Amino acid sequence: MSVKVEDKLFLNRFRVDEESHLGLIDYSLCTRECPDQPCLYICPANVYRLEADRISVNYEGCLECGTCRIGCPHFNIEWRFPKGGYGVRHKFG
Amino acid sequence: MNESFDVAIVGAGPAGISTACILAESGVKTIVLERGEYPGSKNMFGGVLYGHDLAQILPDYVQRGCPVERNIVESRIWYLSEDGGYQLGYRDRAFDDELKFNVFTVARAKFDRWFADQAAQKGALVICSTVVTDLLRDGSGKVIGVRTDRPEGDLRASVVLLSDGINSPLAAKTGFRPEPKPENVALAVKETIALPEEVIDERFNVGPGQGVTTEILGEVTLGMNGVAFLYTNKASLSVGIGANLADFAARRVKPYEMLERFKAHPMVAPLIKAGKPREYLAHWLPEGGYDAIPQLCGDGFLVAGDSAMLFNAPHREGSNLAMASGRLAAEAIMEALQRGDFSRRGLAGYSARLESSFVIQDLKKYRHFPGFLGRHHEIFTTLPGAAAAAAREMIRVDGVPKRRKQQSILRNLRRRLPLLDWIRLLWDGWRAFR
Repeated sequence: MSVKVEDKLFLNRFRVDEESHLGLIDYSLCTRECPDQPCLYICPANVYRLEADRISVNYEGCLECGTCRIGCPHFNIEWRFPKGGYGVRHKFG
Repeated sequence: MNESFDVAIVGAGPAGISTACILAESGVKTIVLERGEYPGSKNMFGGVLYGHDLAQILPDYVQRGCPVERNIVESRIWYLSEDGGYQLGYRDRAFDDELKFNVFTVARAKFDRWFADQAAQKGALVICSTVVTDLLRDGSGKVIGVRTDRPEGDLRASVVLLSDGINSPLAAKTGFRPEPKPENVALAVKETIALPEEVIDERFNVGPGQGVTTEILGEVTLGMNGVAFLYTNKASLSVGIGANLADFAARRVKPYEMLERFKAHPMVAPLIKAGKPREYLAHWLPEGGYDAIPQLCGDGFLVAGDSAMLFNAPHREGSNLAMASGRLAAEAIMEALQRGDFSRRGLAGYSARLESSFVIQDLKKYRHFPGFLGRHHEIFTTLPGAAAAAAREMIRVDGVPKRRKQQSILRNLRRRLPLLDWIRLLWDGWRAFR
């Protein structure tokens, strides 16, 4: 089953900061030492995507669950909360 | 922010706001710091809240206009295979009479906002759009306040309550609780699906304002240790599914694909038919049970709610443990204020109160539950199919004598799970629930 997570994220309200609250500490480590790359499938918002030979971080749709931070086997993700008032904004919760 | 407070509370969820309500009512100078634009804007859970624990903080919560979605009159449990499943439910007139609002559903974006308003009316200062980025400590390591992401955002307080939820970069940074291991949290995703109120009444066989909860186990979590749920709100359904994070990583399952499969299940699809998805959210559940509870207080700080990993998985109780721990934290803080002792010893009344309350007693009772599910993946892999085959065989009318059917069912059950594994399952199950 192929599901477009974009359709789901489209339902949500976000106040997107210009600056990303997520980052990869060492981009090359992901291709060099991480054959599994679990970030590509465990993230419920599909924030991490493989583009050409490197992983891109689409922080705009982040649901702020923290999964990537503890799910990355190399702890290679720098994870902050978005600045106060930014990020996902629950209508229902 | 050069002002100093008696108590600074990190996070405007059920735990933090419970503490704030009680403290503010007693005249304690309290500030609540919330990172969302409004309380509840970052908060999410399955959907169930508990009146008993809310009433201990706000006895007149109904009169105060608590935004209840539906009062739960029926609780269902489903055990699903891929094509069908078993269902068990209990409904009682009492749940709409003397036990009304003992269990009800809420939307957190509405409830938390309302709850924080009550605390503000009692005199607590609730500041939103503010992330607490660090704790301030004195030379001895005692917590003496918080650092926020506002300009000149240091704020001093005699006591800091950490009620910032299960996903806490602050915990990881300051070490007040170790970062959870993937096997100690479940990742859940939830969709809110809008339907007209009368359609929900009909589909769930309830009257206006009445609701149903459904907890679901089985093949829906694709062999992973997990659970799904379906809760009724006023004019929407909360449809969610989650699984252990270590299982997600090992199985390479995408959470939103699992959610879509769940929505297409023959027992689920008719209930959500023609519904309009309105929101899609993700959140962790603390799953480690009693053994994952961190140190509950230290010099100058206490930890409550999800931050303290207080979650009773077999009874899906979390919001009540948050409110109860928030209330007990407030009592312990007032004791410490009277004595002027904010050291770990001065705040130890909190741990003692939690230990003697249902919160820790229940978590202790189910101490073996997380391990039970972790060790018995057959509950999510082979057993749902075997159980389904058994029911299908017994219900099917085909001229085969019943004794022969029974024998073939037993043979099949033994083939799918050897006798020794059955004994192990039942023994561990008894240990997990007794």
